[in-house]
Amino acid sequence: MNPFSSGTRLRDMIRAIRACKTAAEERAVVRKECAAIRAAINENDNDYRHRNLAKLMFIHMLGYPTHFGQMECLKLIASPGFPEKRIGYLGLMLLLDERQEVLMLVTNSLKQDLNHTNQYIVGLALCALGNICSAEMARDLAPEVERLLQFRDPNIRKKAALCSIRIIKKVPDLAENFINPATSLLREKHHGVLITGVQLCTDLCKISTEALEHIRKKCTDGLVRTLKDLANSPYSPEYDIAGITDPFLHIRLLKLLRVLGEGNADASDTMNDILAQVATKTESNKVAGNAILYECVQTIMSIEDNGGLRVLAINILGRFLSNRDNNIRYVALNMLMKAVTADAQAVQRHRATIIECVKDSDASIQKRALELVYVLVNETNVKPLAKELIDYLEVSDLDFRGDLTAKICSIVAKYSPEKIWYIDQMLKVLSQAGNFVKDEVWYALIVVITNASELHGYTVRALYRAFQMSAEQETLVRVTVWCIGEYGDMLVNNVGMLDIEDPITVTEFDAVDVVEIAIKRHASDLTTKSMALVALLKLSSRFPSCSERIKEIIVQFKGSFVLELQQRAIEFNSIIAKHQNIRSTLVERMPVLDEATSIGRRAGSLPGAASTPTAPSFNLPNGTAKPVAPLVDLLDLSSDDAPAPSSSSGGDILQDLLGVDLSPASQQSVAGQASKSGNDVLLDLLSIGSPSVESSSSTVDILSSNSSNKAPVSSLDGLSSLSLSTKTTSNAAPMMDLLDGFAPIPPTENNGPVYPSVTAFESSSLRLTFNFSKQPGNPQTTVIQATFMNLSSNTYTDFVFQAAVPKFLQLHLDPASSNTLPANGSITQSLKITNSQHGKKSLVMRIRIAYKINGKDTLEEGQVNNFPRGL
Amino acid sequence: MINFVLLISRQGKVRLTKWYSPYSQKERSKVIRELSGMILSRAPKQCNFVEWRGHKVVYKRYASLYFCMCIDQDDNELEVLEIIHHFVEILDRYFGSVCELDLIFNFHKAYYILDEILIAGELQESSKKTVARLIAAQDSLVENAKEEVSSLSNIIAQATK
Repeated sequence: MNPFSSGTRLRDMIRAIRACKTAAEERAVVRKECAAIRAAINENDNDYRHRNLAKLMFIHMLGYPTHFGQMECLKLIASPGFPEKRIGYLGLMLLLDERQEVLMLVTNSLKQDLNHTNQYIVGLALCALGNICSAEMARDLAPEVERLLQFRDPNIRKKAALCSIRIIKKVPDLAENFINPATSLLREKHHGVLITGVQLCTDLCKISTEALEHIRKKCTDGLVRTLKDLANSPYSPEYDIAGITDPFLHIRLLKLLRVLGEGNADASDTMNDILAQVATKTESNKVAGNAILYECVQTIMSIEDNGGLRVLAINILGRFLSNRDNNIRYVALNMLMKAVTADAQAVQRHRATIIECVKDSDASIQKRALELVYVLVNETNVKPLAKELIDYLEVSDLDFRGDLTAKICSIVAKYSPEKIWYIDQMLKVLSQAGNFVKDEVWYALIVVITNASELHGYTVRALYRAFQMSAEQETLVRVTVWCIGEYGDMLVNNVGMLDIEDPITVTEFDAVDVVEIAIKRHASDLTTKSMALVALLKLSSRFPSCSERIKEIIVQFKGSFVLELQQRAIEFNSIIAKHQNIRSTLVERMPVLDEATSIGRRAGSLPGAASTPTAPSFNLPNGTAKPVAPLVDLLDLSSDDAPAPSSSSGGDILQDLLGVDLSPASQQSVAGQASKSGNDVLLDLLSIGSPSVESSSSTVDILSSNSSNKAPVSSLDGLSSLSLSTKTTSNAAPMMDLLDGFAPIPPTENNGPVYPSVTAFESSSLRLTFNFSKQPGNPQTTVIQATFMNLSSNTYTDFVFQAAVPKFLQLHLDPASSNTLPANGSITQSLKITNSQHGKKSLVMRIRIAYKINGKDTLEEGQVNNFPRGL
Repeated sequence: MINFVLLISRQGKVRLTKWYSPYSQKERSKVIRELSGMILSRAPKQCNFVEWRGHKVVYKRYASLYFCMCIDQDDNELEVLEIIHHFVEILDRYFGSVCELDLIFNFHKAYYILDEILIAGELQESSKKTVARLIAAQDSLVENAKEEVSSLSNIIAQATK
């Protein structure tokens, strides 16, 4: 005996692992055992291979990696002894799956064992093959398995049958080889062989139409006879379960008959009698009997129509629904779901029982029942069903409420007979489960409300009442706020009172209270608060007496940290404070929203075709309307107000422009830009106006003026919408100021050396000019202002200037003033170049200019050598 | 067909797994973790069927163990409950009042029994007696092999004495 082999027995290892208190401790024990097993494997220890594999399987089951033991399985399988083969095959099935490459190595061993003289070894091989065979193994070993289907021992035949199932699923082309051997199994008496043979035939029929036709023609009568014999068989203790002989065989036979009978009237007719017998005579007190009945019902519902049989089947399901066993109710609901398409009327008779299942305490049954109710609804029964579901909504579990709410909304939207009923139901749902309602649902509700003009008053009053009791339901608050904004006057004046309504007294103040509560609740989200602000704006027009109060509420939100609310508040305050003349027009009643495109009403009214309607979601009604009309009005306002002030001062005009631009919030960016530009111009004007500035500073100022030249142009563009006279005036003022800015420049100055400008590069289409300046106290560094002049009549686009310098120079390029060089125009770019050899070497650089003319790439290259000396 | 069989304790420990459909090792761990959480958290009065990843999982608790089988959508859940019961009864007869410890220390034997009941995810034998007989016969072969080895050792020992 090898002294180094692992001495721990399987039982001892398991005991040690179970004794571990912590996961880390367990890992340590497992690691130690794996190390010992690895050592034994390396030693090629034959004595304990069996035991080591058993330990590996246990370790594998705990979730640890065991790949290093896979080859041990193969060695054990190849061993001659039965114990080794038994544990080897078990390990094979546990440690490997069909995708392991190692698996290919076992094919030859399997082939040999399938031909072994010991039938138990043949059984082991069939079992392993059936559980993990791959497509390659299936092709290699199919002939062996096919032969074993006719083996003398029934235990081998039944294993071969199940193994065949795996083979034909992996390689469907092989199915035809198994048809005749499989059908032979159907004439057996051994229950195991019958069960597996029937299952093999069922799968053959699913895989191969040829097999289906063959078995249907040759075997249907025999199967019916077998089922009849089984159903009528006397007590058999070996196969008895709860008083029924072999329910498993019953079920397999019923399933195969179903496959054979589907779409075939003759075959269906053949099996009608036995199906009726099984359906009426099977005891339904235990799970086994109910399993048979369940399968029988499925078969009846699937084969060609026999009215009486169908009713019998559905009545069985009805009894299932009343069964106290949750499992029985669950499968009944499943089956009824399928039965609805076949016979909706018969299922309708069990509607009350199905509703009871919606209220079951079991979540699985609840969901199933709810789905079934959903397909049972039609225009005739929608009212009582909806009432039942909505009543239950109040007491349902929170977990279930989301599903229940979604289904109720879908049912109500789809089948509502009239708008008032729809609105009533939706208000009930919003009141009880508003927090579970999806956006498209309450959007759709608003659409319906806008389309029911005679119900506007009724609706807004109903919502007002609901709000008093259910203000914690978010979507209810939104719809209420929206409706009060639109129809608040109807609420206050009791417009459109219906006979069924109780009188209600609501003042304008009360209506505004609702909206104020909505906007100030901490629980309200951004959407709700935004809608409340819009509603306040509307009410400021509908309720003039509350205008001041509303204005005060809105003003509070001008300081909101939420941009959306702040912007709305600023806009709305501006409308209220400055533009009262157009406010009523601005917040006129919303037009009727298009109902057809908003919700999928009455689509697919047939219960059988019923499906969840996909109501197309759209933007908030207010959000959709808001950006367009007010913007147009505000632009008009700008146009109207701007000409009023008149002044010959450019500064004054700029100030007016800034004031006007602030009014339309949607042009905030433009206003900001104008403001910045105005500031720049003012600062420049102030600087330029000071005659005491040094010459170099004056030069800098001139450059600044040049760089900000575009700003006045932008301002001028902004002013172009003003009157012509104003335009003329504003054109003159900035230009005169700029000209004044140039006046103080003295003609000469001796503040430092002046370097002559040079033409660095010139071609037929482009001229590059360099102007040089030095930074005080930094003689090594030169600032070059490059000016590119377009000498042609074409515009250059995508203009890029690149430069390269020797190592003793350091070059930095600022972005160009533009990447478009207009015809006969120019752009500028600033370069900074540092000469580490200042005084010893002159500047030099290679340049590369790329641009496009009419989309065509152009490239110009050159070298600049004529830099002034001393740079 | 049955895609896999899972035995888990009330604490979520795995006692037996058998995979009839291809699942990688990583997927298996994920499946076990997911299903353990789902099934152990279900109330006792809820039905024994759970929808899961387009399949159905049928489970049943016996003492401290949950027996779970994952089946296809069109399979008969009630039948699978009976198959689980069939398996448990055979284990019970084999071990004599089977308990969790029997399955822990003799897990390989539980696998042998399962392999006589199911192959390729399908029921193989509905007779408990037949399964018991087949297991006993194979156990005998193992015992005989051990005896042969033992007697051979004795002969060698005497020869060298």
